[in-house]
Amino acid sequence: MVIYSLTFYLFSSVAVLSALMVISAKNPVHSVLFLILSFVNASGLFVLLGAEFLAMILVVVYVGAVAVLFLFVVMMLDINFVKLREGFLQYLPFGALLGIVLVIELGILFLTDRSSNIYNNQIPLQPIVSEVENTKMIGQILYTEYFYLFQICGIILLVAMIGSITLTLRDKGGVKRQNIDSQNTVDASTAIEKKKVKIGEGI
Amino acid sequence: MITLEHYLFLGAIIFTLGVLGIFLNKKNLIIILMSIELILLSVNINFIAFSAYINDISGQIFAMLTLTVAAAEAAIGLAILVVFFRNLGSIEVNKINQLKG
Repeated sequence: MVIYSLTFYLFSSVAVLSALMVISAKNPVHSVLFLILSFVNASGLFVLLGAEFLAMILVVVYVGAVAVLFLFVVMMLDINFVKLREGFLQYLPFGALLGIVLVIELGILFLTDRSSNIYNNQIPLQPIVSEVENTKMIGQILYTEYFYLFQICGIILLVAMIGSITLTLRDKGGVKRQNIDSQNTVDASTAIEKKKVKIGEGI
Repeated sequence: MITLEHYLFLGAIIFTLGVLGIFLNKKNLIIILMSIELILLSVNINFIAFSAYINDISGQIFAMLTLTVAAAEAAIGLAILVVFFRNLGSIEVNKINQLKG
């Protein structure tokens, strides 16, 4: 139990600190790297809670795809980041005040519910105890009970894919394209032309 | 002893940091998108903590759906950002006023 607590505090403190660095780093590339660190630590917390499959999915999807997408965009666009940070210190006092108020309010919300019966906070949080492993459990419920949600997820991803392609595709002029239809309709009568060439003259 | 509260506090702190990121980096669209990712991560932490708390796997399914939506949102957001940068040569949020009627 002590090791569980220590691991929780390690992962959560690194996740919070790197989240803080995401919003305060000067260089957006550093921001993206801290975002990756934050997500890796969150996936460690998911393992602590017994959600191994989601932890691995988080690493694959976020670190492998989304964060790299962010890195690509940050590095490919030629953006003047110094100019973009101009308002940072101006909004800092107001933002800090707002953040502290938000955290205190959320904290009070969690602490005051201790008296109610349905919400017993005094039991330690344990992973779901079961004979079948986590991935199998998710699969058994995802493809049966939540099948329509699964399908809707696929449609959302398809729409996102089509949307981002159509947004960023641009038609450059002067590109030679293959016209397969006209290539296939060519036959000997249109492709070959017979000419009688007289001796001593060109065509 | 780690209880549900600890995870809820962690989620609350990360959520607040995400909101704060939107406030502080008002001009930088990329940081705003990353802040939204942080907010969705805190939602995922809450989902999975409650899933372990009530001993039900459904919370993990919903966390997976959140993950899907977050990935789609990141893709669309970055595509819009790229188009915006192409048209204006900048990603300052306060220059996005061309959509007003």
